[in-house]
Amino acid sequence: MPIIVRVPTQLRQLTAGVGEITLEAQTVGEALTALDVQYPGFGERLFDDAGALRRFVNVFLADEDVRFLEGLATPTPENSVISIVPAVAGGSI
Amino acid sequence: MSSVLGLRCRECDRQFPAEALHVCDFCFGPLEVSYDYDAIAAVTSRASIEAGPRTMWRYHSLLPVGNETPVSLGAGFTPLVRAERLGAELGLKDLWLKDDTANPTGSFKDRVVSVALTKARQLGFKVAACASTGNLANSVAAHAARAGMASVVLIPSNLEKAKVMMTTVYGGQVIAVDGNYDDVNRLCAELTSERPSWAFVNVNVRSYYAEGSKTLAFEIAEQLGWQVPDHVVVPIASGSQLTKIAKGFSELATVGLVDGDGSLRISGAQAQGCSPVATAFNKNIDAIAPVKPDTIAKSLAIGNPADGYYALAAIKNSGGGCGSVTDGEIIDAIKLLARTEGIFAETAGGVTVATLAQLAQRGVIDLNEKTVAIISGHGLKTVEALTGHVDPNHTIPATLDAFDAAVGFDDPLFN
Ligand SMILES: Cc1ncc(COP(=O)(O)O)c(C=O)c1O
Ligand SMILES: [Zn+2]
Repeated sequence: MPIIVRVPTQLRQLTAGVGEITLEAQTVGEALTALDVQYPGFGERLFDDAGALRRFVNVFLADEDVRFLEGLATPTPENSVISIVPAVAGGSI
Repeated sequence: MSSVLGLRCRECDRQFPAEALHVCDFCFGPLEVSYDYDAIAAVTSRASIEAGPRTMWRYHSLLPVGNETPVSLGAGFTPLVRAERLGAELGLKDLWLKDDTANPTGSFKDRVVSVALTKARQLGFKVAACASTGNLANSVAAHAARAGMASVVLIPSNLEKAKVMMTTVYGGQVIAVDGNYDDVNRLCAELTSERPSWAFVNVNVRSYYAEGSKTLAFEIAEQLGWQVPDHVVVPIASGSQLTKIAKGFSELATVGLVDGDGSLRISGAQAQGCSPVATAFNKNIDAIAPVKPDTIAKSLAIGNPADGYYALAAIKNSGGGCGSVTDGEIIDAIKLLARTEGIFAETAGGVTVATLAQLAQRGVIDLNEKTVAIISGHGLKTVEALTGHVDPNHTIPATLDAFDAAVGFDDPLFN
């Protein structure tokens, strides 16, 4: 099913500057894997050696952090929007 | 001479030079200062530290600034006091308080800011900036004045009056932002890319800033006679202080200043109205769900804690606990601490003491453990929280009769 992935500025050198990618995927994990197939290099930036989402990479389905849904297994209905958002740089004090 | 090797990504281990960098450009993980501990051990001994200044800078060789002259108002080496009366109330036989209300601007933030501005000056910055829940603002404004640097401080517009005045008085720029701390912080992160010539204490020099909290661990060990306590209770906002206290104790063992830190347990304290770390701890999950803060403990009101994960890991790895307490319990704890030990703490101290009580009651803290609670900020900063809770007992005309009527001879004071 077609869905949209939003790519943050910090990762757009991998997409030649494109900020929104349309893909076919049933789950968040499939979408991110498809992204890596289309734009090689995404995988190592998003996943650690064990294949888990890196801790300071947040992935939102609509407005919800997928860590609090079903993680990479979260289903992505048609026209879902996935956003990749690095944790607020430097964070808070 | 510097024992700093550089910065290292906490997540993927990539190495970076010791510059104004804070995020790994590969995986977005936070950067951490790494040291050559053999070099530190070679120049550091108990005697060399004991001969140093009576400030946090007696641990200069364990801080990331080389030989740079510190930007200092005299932070650190605050009292570590045995708390027998508070301990008796809580059933703890060996309780100690690290009284960081005694710092120059009244909170532990003077430790981290002293390191941050020293490093900022070393890196050539002329402007110090930050986002703050209040105490950091006070400290950045004061230390910038001391260093002759300009300052730009961003705070939530609903901060306690004293915290606003204790910032504005130093004459820097103070910008009150409509929104909560997490909103202010997001703006500050955006500003960091727009104003690359400013040192943002909590952003681009954060890796150095955070190291200042290690001095709490160093001092506690030294003040206990070069001994690591059994249990330390630390308030959590971003989680940086707790994480660095853990690092501080472990460094002392690494460079041979203490015999080991293996049995130290670390527990965290949060307000129920902002307890993302305590919630994750209690649910036994690793991911920390951001919350919208609603608590009188404004200094701890960070709903999306940057170091929350690391604080949680430090607690779990050490076998400690994490509690959260209500606004009512915070106020009662502020009064209990003042009444039993003569220390007036701000709301964050109330959170720590109330959580200490809770953890003791739940048996998380063993009654015989040598336990140290961090009292991180002064009560004058948050007097609003006590409004209506600590009024005079009587208001009388200036006559003996009126006094006798108010405080009669049958009053327990006379028996
Ligand atoms: C008085 C006081 N105690 C504790 C903290 C918590 O520090 P951290 O953000 O390092 O967890 C703060 C942070 O603002 C504070 O102002
Ligand atoms: Zn990294």
